[in-house]
Amino acid sequence: MKAWKATSIALLALAGGAAIVLPAAAQQAGTQFMGILGYRVGPYGANGAAFFTGLLDYLALVNERDGGINGVKLSWEECETEYNNAKGVECYERLKTRSENGPTAIHPMSTGITYGLIDKAPADKIPLITLGYGRTDATDGRVFPWVFPILSNYWDAATGIVKFIADKEGGSEKLKGKKIVLLYHDSAYGKEPHPVLEAEAAKLGFELKLIPVPHPGNEQQSQWLQIRQYKPDWVILWGWGVMSATALSTAQKVGFPRDKMVGNWWAGSEIDTEAAGPASEGYYAASLNLAGKDFGVVKDVEKYVYAKGKGGDPKLIGTVLWNRGLAAAMYTVEAVRTAQAKFGKKPMTGEQTRWGIENLNIDQKRLDQLGFGTMVPPLKLSCSDHGGSGLVRFQRWEGGKWKPASEWMSGDKAMVRKMVEESAAKYATEKNITAGCMKG
Amino acid sequence: MFYREAGQFKTTYAADQALFPIRQDRYAMLVILAIAFIGLPLFASDYWLTALLIPFLVFSLAALGLNILTGYAGQLSLGTAAFMAVGAVAAYNFQLRIPGMPILLSFLLGGVSAALVGILFGLPSLRIKGFYLAVATLAAQFFIPWLITKVGWFSNHTASGVITAQPIAILGVAFDSPQKKYLLVLAIVALMALLAKNLVRSRIGRAWMAVRDMDVAAEVIGIRILRTKLIAFAVSSFYCGVAGALYAFAYLGSVEPDGFNLDLSFRILFMVIVGGVGSILGSFLGAAFITLMPIVIEVLLTQASHAFNLNLEPGVTSMVQLLVFGGLIIFFLIVEPHGLARLWQITKEKLRLWPFPH
Repeated sequence: MKAWKATSIALLALAGGAAIVLPAAAQQAGTQFMGILGYRVGPYGANGAAFFTGLLDYLALVNERDGGINGVKLSWEECETEYNNAKGVECYERLKTRSENGPTAIHPMSTGITYGLIDKAPADKIPLITLGYGRTDATDGRVFPWVFPILSNYWDAATGIVKFIADKEGGSEKLKGKKIVLLYHDSAYGKEPHPVLEAEAAKLGFELKLIPVPHPGNEQQSQWLQIRQYKPDWVILWGWGVMSATALSTAQKVGFPRDKMVGNWWAGSEIDTEAAGPASEGYYAASLNLAGKDFGVVKDVEKYVYAKGKGGDPKLIGTVLWNRGLAAAMYTVEAVRTAQAKFGKKPMTGEQTRWGIENLNIDQKRLDQLGFGTMVPPLKLSCSDHGGSGLVRFQRWEGGKWKPASEWMSGDKAMVRKMVEESAAKYATEKNITAGCMKG
Repeated sequence: MFYREAGQFKTTYAADQALFPIRQDRYAMLVILAIAFIGLPLFASDYWLTALLIPFLVFSLAALGLNILTGYAGQLSLGTAAFMAVGAVAAYNFQLRIPGMPILLSFLLGGVSAALVGILFGLPSLRIKGFYLAVATLAAQFFIPWLITKVGWFSNHTASGVITAQPIAILGVAFDSPQKKYLLVLAIVALMALLAKNLVRSRIGRAWMAVRDMDVAAEVIGIRILRTKLIAFAVSSFYCGVAGALYAFAYLGSVEPDGFNLDLSFRILFMVIVGGVGSILGSFLGAAFITLMPIVIEVLLTQASHAFNLNLEPGVTSMVQLLVFGGLIIFFLIVEPHGLARLWQITKEKLRLWPFPH
């Protein structure tokens, strides 16, 4: 027993000592350091792993194929957040000190972590890129200069889904008197679409019922009984991780038709539908990007990264979230490239990267050059618009594959913009922010 | 040799009842306080302050709160995170709705609100004990975050239900840098720890311990059980409430009700168990162990994988961290069920005899 105690005391002292003397891992000087808040464990780990593998694969591609951005090599470090807000903040604080230029731009990949960082980022001069998630009203860059909810935000998604349902019903006037359920993940993420859906319900005259599913969502019997009693015409699935697959299989159990279910883009990956098996057949989901391997950039990743044994996981190549990870990395890299054109070919600081993101202009020609083709729509940002196109495309799960079910379309852009500006103005008064564009 | 009280005579009752009757302890405490108040803000990096020390202090306070209830009064509670949520949301609303409200008063009122809620959920403790009481407090854990989410007024009707804490300013001084925030949290925690230390030595503290050890006997010698238990719930929830307010205002900056979930309650319970049930020092040791150990393990593993070129996937690192962490907790529970505080006590006893043990 004595020896045990001595050992335990020694262990504790050792661990404490190690913590004190540990130096911060030095990053190679002269590289563009990317701090990555990732997650690969926990109930959302499978989804996170697909996204972050794609993101890292693209960074590796830029190093292997092009030798960096205009000769500036990329380096990176990933910190595991487990989709947990407190751990996300700890990781952010850790990565921020790793390089004198900061972590370039952060992709929090979690609406909750985004909320935690929104007030910290301006103080630290670190831009946040939230691709298709996060705080919607941050689209107004005059109030949120450091936050970029690029491509489409949740309100674009929600109005896009309503429009898609209206198209299926044969026009928006047909929605009157219809019943729609929003089955949502009970977190900041799931609550984000509420105001815009309520506005749509009032405008188009459909009945909206909001049904929350508590984290992590692997038990939905009572929610689906409620749905069966209510007999809605459509169910909008606002799920993430294990919740989406559970929703699909429970829908099958209670006999709700899957072709009357529309997911948002975080509930529409192979991970969700494959886990639910045949229950997913016919299910629709919005998407920000196309799945598949028929893109030049995917072939390049296979050739330059995976063939050299530097890739993450070959099974993920071409999946929805992996492709989205590629796109996310591409926007950061292009933002740095844009900034370099103005500030010189050296590693960019957070402030310079922010300028680069705000002045991003990736048209179809540039997308073709980069090998992305039609995987994502073109993107042009400005000071007042940190969002971009707001386009969504619908896909349907048929025979074990996602197939496009619509063209790129947008919902009620005018209404979204109006609500974004109102909400951002409210935030600005609450926080005493004078709205305006940043110089330089 | 160094740690020996020979020659230190106590000539008054006051000296005999001092917080730290041994001179070496007094000096050690002063040195620790000096390091915490002067050394760390000067020399620790921003990462250390914001990501390690502030959460450590906040969790210490929450663990202290739970330790008062569970360790001293013997009432097992699984609702710690819910009481923290009450503190955070109440402090946010006091700041928001009353213009010119001093922030410290908001924290205080946040704690008082949590205390009131704590009394409410402490009422069943008169009739039920042990596991059954734990289940009753579990009701608080599920009910309170649900209520905060359900009633939009609590989060000022934000779309996402997230509350973003207002900036901290006291008498016109903005507490915006990590150093200042750390000092504020440290000052509050130090003060409240001192209060707790004195409280548990007082009449009410002895009443708690009497109830914990045998409530029938306590009743027979004239301790009013209901009042004693409810005071324990109130004081404990007050501490948790202030910790919750600090968690929101000084650490995360924005919190969603789901952040205060059962996991957090369990974490704080583990802090108490690992640190030492019924010990003020144990709350701090436990909080340090639970908040810092996973990070230490992760950083060590990252270093090792760099040094030996292991090329570990980040996910693997996290899994290993969970494994090692779980193993360490079991190790401690087997080797020293009374927690780290007891280990420290044993070390002290050994030091008194060193270098000539019997």
